Amino acid sequence: MEATLRQTWAFLFRGYHITRRYIGWVVVFNFYALVTSATVALIGVAQNDYQLTLTLVVGALLWNYLSWLYQEIAMSIAYERWEGTLEYTFMAPVSRAVHLLGVSVFSLLNSIVTSVIVLVGLMLFTNLNLRGANLFGVFVVLAVSTIAFVGLGLFAAVFPVMSAERGAEATHIFQGSLLLVSGVYYPIDVLPRWLQPLSAISPATYTLSACRKLFGVGNSNSTAEYLAGAPLSAVWHELLILAFMGAILLPLGLLVFMRIEAWAKKTGKLKRTG
Amino acid sequence: MQQPAIQVRNLRKGFRKRSGFRKKSELWAIDDVSFSVAQGETYGLLGPNGSGKSSLIRVLSTLLIADSGYVRMLGFTLPEQAEEVRRIIGRVSVDAAFYKKLSARENLLYTALLYGQNARQAERHVMEILEQLGMENAKFSTPLEEMSRGMQQKISIARALMINPPLLLLDEPTTGLDPKSRRDVQTFLEDLQRREGTTILLTTHDMAEAERLCARIGFLAHGKLVAEGTAAQLVQHAGAATLDDAFIKLTGEELTEAELSADYANCAE
Repeated sequence: MEATLRQTWAFLFRGYHITRRYIGWVVVFNFYALVTSATVALIGVAQNDYQLTLTLVVGALLWNYLSWLYQEIAMSIAYERWEGTLEYTFMAPVSRAVHLLGVSVFSLLNSIVTSVIVLVGLMLFTNLNLRGANLFGVFVVLAVSTIAFVGLGLFAAVFPVMSAERGAEATHIFQGSLLLVSGVYYPIDVLPRWLQPLSAISPATYTLSACRKLFGVGNSNSTAEYLAGAPLSAVWHELLILAFMGAILLPLGLLVFMRIEAWAKKTGKLKRTG
Repeated sequence: MQQPAIQVRNLRKGFRKRSGFRKKSELWAIDDVSFSVAQGETYGLLGPNGSGKSSLIRVLSTLLIADSGYVRMLGFTLPEQAEEVRRIIGRVSVDAAFYKKLSARENLLYTALLYGQNARQAERHVMEILEQLGMENAKFSTPLEEMSRGMQQKISIARALMINPPLLLLDEPTTGLDPKSRRDVQTFLEDLQRREGTTILLTTHDMAEAERLCARIGFLAHGKLVAEGTAAQLVQHAGAATLDDAFIKLTGEELTEAELSADYANCAE
C-alpha cells in the first residue's frame, strides 16, 4: 500500500516539477484560456442579455475544466513519448491503473486551477451575479462527469502510444469534435441534423445541460439579481447518464490503453530512438 | 547446479515493413537466437547496427514481445511474468531518455518513487553511485538539458542501479562518450560486478570494451548469433590475430567508423 502511494505520488511529483520548469507556458495557456472565455462571454454582455451571458459563461467555464482535464491526461502520455521516458515508465513495476491514476489526479488539480482562474476572470469581465445558483449541485455534477472525462482522456491517451508524431494531432481532433457536438455555446438543435446524434454520446452534453439548470439558465424566475437555480433532484436524469458513462468509460479507457500498450510491444511501436 | 541468470532459447522477433503499395515484407530482427548468462557473469553482445542487439535487450526489458522462443530471467519467464521481471532488471539504453528540463535529482527521485522507494534513502544511495562514477554533487541540481552526453549517461546508469537490480541490461552504454567518461563507466561496471555480483548483459560496438568487461562474448549479425565464447576462444576459433579480425571473419561484416560513432541504432534494432 505504501509503495502504491509512493508510485501515485511519483506522477504528482513529476507533474509539479515539469509545470514549475514550464511556468512561462503555463501562464500563457491560462491567459489564453481566460481571454478566449472572456471574448465569448462578452458577446452576451454586448447583447445586454444576462441569460445569454450566463449561458456562455457556464459553457466557457465547464469547457475549460473538462477539456483541460481530458487534454492534460492525453498530453502527459504524449510528453512522455516526446522525451522517450514512456519506455522507462512501462519498464517500472507500476500497474497501469496506478500510472493512469497518478496522471489523472495531477491533471484534475491542473484543471481545477485553470477553471478557478477563468471563473475569477469571467466574473470581473461580465459582472455576473451568481446568487441563487445551486453551486453545490454544480460541484456534484462536475464530480460525476469528471469520471467520464478521465475515461475519455484515457481513450485519447492511446493515440500518443500508437504514434509519437500523429498521436497528439488525433487527440486534438477528438477534443475539437467534442466541442462541436456538446452544445458548449449554442443549443444542440442548431447543429445539422446528421450531427445531432453525436451529441447524445458526449458526456459534456449532459454536464452542460445539468449545470445550466443548476445555475438557473432558461428559468423564467431567474433575474439578473437573483438566479433561480434548480435543485439537484431536477438533474437526476443527467446525473444518472453521466454516472453510467463514467462507469463504462473509465474501465474501458483503462482496458483499451492496456490493449494498445500490448499491441505497441508486439509491433515495436513503443520505440522512438535508441 | 546454479540456474543461469538469463536463458534465451530459439528467440525470434520479426517486424513487418511496407515495401511498396499493399506489399509487406517481414524482417527478422532476432532470428532463432539462443544463449545463456550465468549469475554474476558479464556477457557481451557485439554486432553492427541492425544486427538485433537492441531488439534483444528490449525483449529482455519487457518492452518488446517476441514472436516465439523462450526467455527466463532469474526464474521468471517472459512475457508471462513481465511484472516480476521488471522488479529485477535495470536498463541503460544508448539514448539517455529523461525529462530534460528537470534536474538530475528530480529525474532520479521520480524513478525512486516509481519503484516505490523511500525518496530520502534513494537520494543517499544515488549520491554514492554518482560519486563512484566521478560526478560532482553540484551537478545534481542541474537540468539534464544543460549536461553533456557523458554526464547524462552517468545519470542514466545511476537510475538503473538505484533500484539495486540483480540483472543489468546495458545497451551501448558508452557509445558517444568521451574517453574519460568511457573509462569511468567501464571501471564502475567492473567494480560493481566484483562487489555486488551483478549479472550484466552488455551490447557494444567497442571490441576493447568487450574484451575488458565481458567474460564471454556473442557475435550477432543479421539477427543471428553466429559465434560465442571468451575473447580468446573467438580469436582462436576464427584463426585471427585480434577480436576485430575475428568479428569480421565470423560475421562477414565490419564495424564501420559510422557505426562506431552512431548515437542511435536504426529501426530494426
